[in-house]
Amino acid sequence: MTTLTAATRTKVLQRQGAAVALTVMVVVSWLTFPRFGSLDNLRDLALQGSFLAVIALGMTFVIITGGIDLSVGSLYALGGVLAAWGSQHGFLTALLLPLVVCGGIGLINGLLIARTNMAPFIVTLASLLFARGLLLAITDEGANTYQVAPDSAFVELGRGTVAGFGYPIFIAAALCVLGGAILNRTGFGQNVFATGGAEQSAILMGVPVARTKVLVYTMSGTLAGLAGALTAAYLQSGVTVIGVGTELDAIAVVVIGGTLLTGGMGTVLGTVIGVGLIKVIQNVINQIGTLDSNYQSVVSGVFLLIVVVLQRILRR
Amino acid sequence: MPTDPVIEVAGVTKTFAGVRALDDVDLTLHRGEIHALVGENGAGKSTLIKVLTGIHTPDGGRIRRNGRISTIYQEVNLVPLMSVAANLFLGREPRNRIGLIDRARRDAEAAELLKSYGITADVSSPLGTLAVGEQQMVALARAVEADADVVIMDEPTSSLEPREVETLLEVVHKLHEAGIAIIYVSHRMDELYRICDTVTVLRDGKNVHSGPLRELPRIELVSLMLGRSVNEIQKHGTTAFGEDHHADTRPVLEARNLTSRPRINGVDVTIRPGEVVGLAGLLGSGRTETAKAIIGALPLDDGTVLVAGTPVPRNVKAATRAGISMLAEDRKTEGIIPNLSVRENIVLAALPRLSRFGVTSRKKQDRIVDTFVKRLRIKVSSPEQKVAELSGGNQQKVLLARWLCTEPRILLLDEPTRGIDVGAKAEVQALIDELAREGLAVMLISSELDELLDGADRLVVLRDGAVAGELEGAQLTREHVLAAIAAEVMDDADSR
Ligand SMILES: Nc1ncnc2c1ncn2[C@@H]1O[C@H](COP(=O)(O)OP(=O)(O)OP(=O)(O)O)[C@@H](O)[C@H]1O
Ligand SMILES: [Mg+2]
Repeated sequence: MTTLTAATRTKVLQRQGAAVALTVMVVVSWLTFPRFGSLDNLRDLALQGSFLAVIALGMTFVIITGGIDLSVGSLYALGGVLAAWGSQHGFLTALLLPLVVCGGIGLINGLLIARTNMAPFIVTLASLLFARGLLLAITDEGANTYQVAPDSAFVELGRGTVAGFGYPIFIAAALCVLGGAILNRTGFGQNVFATGGAEQSAILMGVPVARTKVLVYTMSGTLAGLAGALTAAYLQSGVTVIGVGTELDAIAVVVIGGTLLTGGMGTVLGTVIGVGLIKVIQNVINQIGTLDSNYQSVVSGVFLLIVVVLQRILRR
Repeated sequence: MPTDPVIEVAGVTKTFAGVRALDDVDLTLHRGEIHALVGENGAGKSTLIKVLTGIHTPDGGRIRRNGRISTIYQEVNLVPLMSVAANLFLGREPRNRIGLIDRARRDAEAAELLKSYGITADVSSPLGTLAVGEQQMVALARAVEADADVVIMDEPTSSLEPREVETLLEVVHKLHEAGIAIIYVSHRMDELYRICDTVTVLRDGKNVHSGPLRELPRIELVSLMLGRSVNEIQKHGTTAFGEDHHADTRPVLEARNLTSRPRINGVDVTIRPGEVVGLAGLLGSGRTETAKAIIGALPLDDGTVLVAGTPVPRNVKAATRAGISMLAEDRKTEGIIPNLSVRENIVLAALPRLSRFGVTSRKKQDRIVDTFVKRLRIKVSSPEQKVAELSGGNQQKVLLARWLCTEPRILLLDEPTRGIDVGAKAEVQALIDELAREGLAVMLISSELDELLDGADRLVVLRDGAVAGELEGAQLTREHVLAAIAAEVMDDADSR
């Protein structure tokens, strides 16, 4: 039964590998940097992580179907600008406009991928450019930054707190719990796994593969738009320069969390741990202070590489 | 028999890029009927099934379905990364009160259900960790438990061990008693005659015969499938193996004390040039493992493999360089590269031999490919056709050709004729014979006793991963082998 033990080993390392790394990182940082364990720092860390977690949640579903969504970084920025612009017209417009527009772009991504069999990489790369262009067009090349009125209800969504922890943390947590339940406990979730695990077999088993794909990209776009809206509410403006490369961060945390880049296997919890890991690393590098913040990317990159190599080795 | 048809197909036609896979096909299936669908590899059986289930849209004709259809397709149609239970219940999982999947109940029900199919593996482990036969049984359970009016099985037994085949046939029997109609595709005549009431024969996409099966002599059925006269077929026996071979005296392969616990335990096998050695034994006796150990694909606790007296390092590459080739049993999932052409798939393993300074001679390739396509009757529109477009049996022939054209010194064949039609089967057997006569050392694993008895010069009987005996010459009879197997079964019963 060599295959079985290998499979179990893979499972443990993929499921728990990131968790072990996160625990070690947290303990070491706690002991090394006195400020790391302060409540303020932890709150800040969680808040920073929550925006990425919302985006990465959608990415987790997409990657499990065997796809990829490169458009989320641009949709994140676009969502923020649309929310800031919409906030002039009230809370609901500010919240729903980015969801509808970004969700709509996600829907188009999904339809193109599912119905025309174009590569997800190409389709979402096109929408990355499209969304970024749209963003620049409505902000006069970024010269025009929409502000959110400081006293509006929408700001509360990003800046409100419970026991000092920002609302976005709770929103992200709730979405991740919901996402985990959808993935593991619904028919749609099973379809997601089947689609990414063996697409041809899934078709023969009667899984609505095309519909599943359309749904995951729509979901991914919507969540990116939501993350943008939350960020705009928090920053009180629609910042146009954010989100460049965020799609790669999202992909990185999903993969670090143990989701197979080739599809068919993955967890939401893993993604959340991946987000935690990246954010702790960034936080520590900030604590060191003397280290160039560019090293954040270097460290994240090394981490990603290790995980992907491990996945490869363990799959054999 | 009730006359209300559950499936009625009339004049169905289907063409793939110029290949006419189905040509004006009729088929009627009644409630409670077990209908055999037979024909050579590439005759159109799987295509007809996919048209019936709506995977393919026919170009013309009429299909009437009068009930739910559940299908086991020829290719493995489950998801290896998902758990056994998830595969079994995909699309109809048990739910809890608020409509979420009840995983505990799903796993419990799956374990319970699979026990009756002889599978005791952990249902929460990924399906891919199960043996192919077990996976096939899961597919069977999935199709049967779907509560359908018609169950279609496309070569369900081609990757099963004899014991699993019995379980499957029992299941078929139960379905039949429950009044469920069955379409059954197989190349194994014994099975067909045991369970089927009626038969439809396809040849080159055309329906050449439909009627009751039992009244149709076996030889006539074969003649209908191949489109050759009964006389012509009668000349050959049940298998196409010839006389015994005159083997050299010095063994070219010596495997000593092969041990990989718990599957095999101190197996010794020697093969001389020009000799065909059969491995006999039941499910789990370690035949496939022995072959894998010889080619270096199984991590060993102990043991050595010598080729012409020289020890071979324990890895596939070294074994291949030493002249060992192996046709794996697990051909459904291993080895075929679907997007490459038939030619590329065949010459793949022989490329090093065909190239000089990294450049391969296309002319040589074409010659080899042409020989094997003709010899094995591989049905292709051209050697440049993608392998993915071939019928299941023809894909297997391509793999067989791949290993035969490497011109090895030692050839390990694990179930070489599985899934291959009667006509081509004879060709494969004749080819093995011919290769042995040319001095090749062959190890033959087959679950068909006749194939072993006729094909092998010597039989090594395995029991629980160890050699239980060797049969040679006059001992090579059905009775002797069955006695060896019976001893095994009795031992089994004793140890319980
Ligand atoms: N997707 C496809 N594209 C092109 N040709 C195809 C395709 N599927 C099947 N064919 C061709 O249709 C013919 C019938 O194939 P089919 O799979 O129905 O045969 P079969 O009777 O099931 O054979 P086997 O016993 O080998 O399984 C073959 O010539 C095959 O090459
Ligand atoms: Mg077929």
